[in-house]
Amino acid sequence: MKPAPFQYHRARDVEGATALLAELADEAKVIAGGQSLVAMMNFRLARPGHLVDITGLRELDQLGVEADGGLRIGALTTHHTVETAPADRLGAGFEVIRDAMRWIGHLPIRTRGTVGGSIAHADSTAEWCLLAVLLDAEFMAHGPRGRRRIPAGEFFFGYYTTALDPDEILVEIVFPRPAPHAALTEFAERRGDFAIVSAAVDLATEGEDVLGGRVALGGVAAMPVRVPEAEAVLAAGGSFRDCAEAAAAAVDPPSDGHGSGDYRKHLIRNLIERACEEAMSR
Amino acid sequence: MNDTTGLGDDVQLITLDVNGASYEVITAPRRTLVDVLRHDLRLTGTHVGCEHGICGACTVLVDGLPVRACLMFAAQAEGARITTVESLADSGTGELSDLQRAFTEHHGLQCGFCTPGFLMLAQGFLAERPEATKEEIREVVAANLCRCTGYQTIVEAIDACATARRAQRAMGAEEDSCN
Repeated sequence: MKPAPFQYHRARDVEGATALLAELADEAKVIAGGQSLVAMMNFRLARPGHLVDITGLRELDQLGVEADGGLRIGALTTHHTVETAPADRLGAGFEVIRDAMRWIGHLPIRTRGTVGGSIAHADSTAEWCLLAVLLDAEFMAHGPRGRRRIPAGEFFFGYYTTALDPDEILVEIVFPRPAPHAALTEFAERRGDFAIVSAAVDLATEGEDVLGGRVALGGVAAMPVRVPEAEAVLAAGGSFRDCAEAAAAAVDPPSDGHGSGDYRKHLIRNLIERACEEAMSR
Repeated sequence: MNDTTGLGDDVQLITLDVNGASYEVITAPRRTLVDVLRHDLRLTGTHVGCEHGICGACTVLVDGLPVRACLMFAAQAEGARITTVESLADSGTGELSDLQRAFTEHHGLQCGFCTPGFLMLAQGFLAERPEATKEEIREVVAANLCRCTGYQTIVEAIDACATARRAQRAMGAEEDSCN
């Protein structure tokens, strides 16, 4: 279908964009790559009266490693830019992020879709949201009252719901430390579909030994979740299989047209073990 | 002719660079890029299928990269280089490009509805990754839908085109080194 009529505004700078958002209040939506929003507008699931296009704000399109070892990603960086970033721009230990990009839609989606857009949209199966929760990312939001830093653990409230105020724009994402032994994997009915379940792990290792690690799941709740029960198994020296079993036992995934809760638990067992093995083999 | 700009909408003037030519279009903001290409510029080679980013029939290149023209408003394409399927064949003689000929030779199309999208997807992908393996081509081709061919012949056509381009480049490099 065709989207409902709206007024289009092209932002020239971040201040102008947030001032406009404050003025237009509930009527406005920010548009960047538009790979979720335009589809929703074409379906008329979304009917914003105004779109504030921030794609011209080149200062938000950047990618680089900081002196403190963190990876700083401007909100307008596309998935494709991350996927094809040279090793020196991405930094050692962030290969998990680069390799996760191939799970996001398809090439023509990744060339337009942005990191900030994906996180602000907050789909419960989005790869960026899962990576952010797994790796304790921090989000920089810019609004009329200035900038504030929001940890990933305090950002997602539920389906498509975040801590961003309506007049705030997500401008930057920081992954504070490298994760050399981390991996993300998922299962969907067809390549490029939304994941039914996605799993990501970040192992702390010493040589061949696993000292502990973080475990996170997407597609099992309204937002990506860490699974402390599975992390406890890793910390106690348990096997990857036991870790995966603990994760499946700890969560209560929903049933829907894509699979029952039991089927999702079956996927969790397989995907967490697979992610652990991939992470270990890095 | 029907009014395709959407009566009653606010309109705006935008300038688009399509296949190297500059066009000024007065259109409503809600017009997607594919609708402006087809209805305003009359470049109907780009097809429109699902209008929600699933089928890929509307794939064009924006600054050289393949994108869904139904998931982008035309106003967002101002300042970018847009390339459509019309750019592939020689504009003077009508002679098909090597990629188009490969699709013909390998039976990479039947009804042809999805073909412009597959051509532009392959054109953008091979430009960025000329050394693409058949497996990589297969993964990229998964972006678009074809209800006729079963995809095998599309993968073979793109792979054959990539292989021929590599051979041609290698020959060119050899000739250069002989001179």
